[in-house]
Amino acid sequence: MTDDHVYLTLSEAGPEPEGEARWAYGTGFADPLLGVDTALPDGVEGADLAAYCQMLGDDALVLSQRLIEWCTRAPELEEEVALANLGLDLLGQARRLLTRAGQADGSGRTEDDFAYWREDHEFRNVRLVEAPNGDFAHTVARILAFATARQALYQRLVQHADPVLAAVAAAGVKELAYHREWAQEWLLRLGDGTPYSHERMQAGLDAVWPLLDELFTPHPVELRLGTDPAALREPVLALLSDDIAEATLTVPDAAPLAYVGGRAGRDGVHTEALGPLLAELQVVARAHPGATW
Amino acid sequence: MTATELSEATLEGRFDAVVAAEQRIEPRDWMPDAYRATLVRQIAQHAHSEIIGMQPEGNWLTRAPSLRRKAILLAKAQDEAGHGLYLYAAAETLGVDRAELTEKLISGRQKYSSIFNYPTLTFADVGVIGWLVDGAAICNQVPLCRCSYGPYARAMVRICKEESFHQRQGYELLMTLMRGTDSQRRMVQDAVDRWWWPSLMMFGPPDDDSPNSARSMAWRIKRHSNDDLRQRFVDMTVPQAEHLGVTLPDPALRWNEERDSWDFGEPDWSELKKVITGQGPCNAQRVERRRAAHEDGAWVREAALAYAEKKRSAQ
Repeated sequence: MTDDHVYLTLSEAGPEPEGEARWAYGTGFADPLLGVDTALPDGVEGADLAAYCQMLGDDALVLSQRLIEWCTRAPELEEEVALANLGLDLLGQARRLLTRAGQADGSGRTEDDFAYWREDHEFRNVRLVEAPNGDFAHTVARILAFATARQALYQRLVQHADPVLAAVAAAGVKELAYHREWAQEWLLRLGDGTPYSHERMQAGLDAVWPLLDELFTPHPVELRLGTDPAALREPVLALLSDDIAEATLTVPDAAPLAYVGGRAGRDGVHTEALGPLLAELQVVARAHPGATW
Repeated sequence: MTATELSEATLEGRFDAVVAAEQRIEPRDWMPDAYRATLVRQIAQHAHSEIIGMQPEGNWLTRAPSLRRKAILLAKAQDEAGHGLYLYAAAETLGVDRAELTEKLISGRQKYSSIFNYPTLTFADVGVIGWLVDGAAICNQVPLCRCSYGPYARAMVRICKEESFHQRQGYELLMTLMRGTDSQRRMVQDAVDRWWWPSLMMFGPPDDDSPNSARSMAWRIKRHSNDDLRQRFVDMTVPQAEHLGVTLPDPALRWNEERDSWDFGEPDWSELKKVITGQGPCNAQRVERRRAAHEDGAWVREAALAYAEKKRSAQ
């Protein structure tokens, strides 16, 4: 190896070995959905599929934005890497789902059209993902709850009639298995660590618990698509209860957060936390309408 | 001469021979105290730079104007945290530990690259940091892949590959912006105007004002003088700037036929001195963020230790 010319030196070192999946979705590596049939299958209503893809895509996008807020603030460098990893996985899921939404409704809208140019009330994420991060324990509690529920959902969606949704789910199941494992490990360390960490971890679970119900409350779109999330309630809560008991913590006894006139996140009725989050996410894109990045 | 001194001299002779033969010194090998201290200082400073360097670009993560750019930037920040980890691990092979080095960083006893004490003011800064700052870092770091200390050299091979990827991504972002709207092109030129001179200062003071260089070169830690590397960076960057369509903010920049190189102006060394000694626009804020993250996370690290201890004693 010589260093007479830096670029030559680096190209002499050869390309990255196969399978080194370090690069973010869309930064040059092969699209995992490449070759998947994007035609709308018979019996699936395009508008419903688009709405559903926005629900799941917005969940992933908004939670990813919250995880990104941890960057440079994590308690340890290993967690810096892990939180970025979780954020990247969710961002990748969001991008595929929002792209699918634009195909399904025939509008041809792109992932960025959905992310940057919709108003708050057009976002269909559950309120769980938009709440501010809180401390590290609160973040662990949210990741544990979300990853457990989303993994259970994706395990079912792998069989969905829409091949794109099924492919997103198949890739996502593996990612969420890691998210769940990461959160389980921290649940144990914090729950069964010091008295103070135990207290923080319990407070994190208590804060997250009232927001879980929305994940299992069916929306008419979900019922029409045959993806009723009510079936997930029992198995997901059973998994979470086991995790919580193992960590010497208590399953919160908390009533679900009420809806507003019968509506919540899936209907575009959010908490006060979403507006500032989206204002920040969208500010540069909106300052330059028509620009390409 | 006592037996100990004799063996010390013999060990030093062996060390010198290994270094002169371009072979690697490994953690268990004998090495002069000053060599060890120099490496600890340099590797720690490098590790700190990776970690502090996440902040200026991290400033744009939540506002990145497309999801693709957001993913690229997040992956880059993650790579930098990873580089910090490899480098702290390389420093640990020399008998220090990460917690001790972090304490030194947040108490101001160890430094990081001064470039990160400049603010990132628009999204174009993300591209310019990739192109110029990562570009300059690559010029500095590629020779370190042949550094005489094995663990550092091996860490640098991987880091340099990733840095070059970041540099290409930065350049690609700038190409996209330059093909875009007038306001995007203005953003790029403004960012180049702000980052050009600080990038040149990344190579350190001029050779006649760089007291430690000669010894590091003898030890094969450093291989090229600051001024040589700076010239190399300028020669590499000028054609890239032309291709991009931006103007480098140096009226003295002109091709020198005789030297087969670009002549360029003198950076403002008094500014560099100010930034190094703590008067930079972001010095206080960068260290404060790192300190806050470290202190806010103390209870989490304590919990992890307590849990591991419980598991150990239960076995």
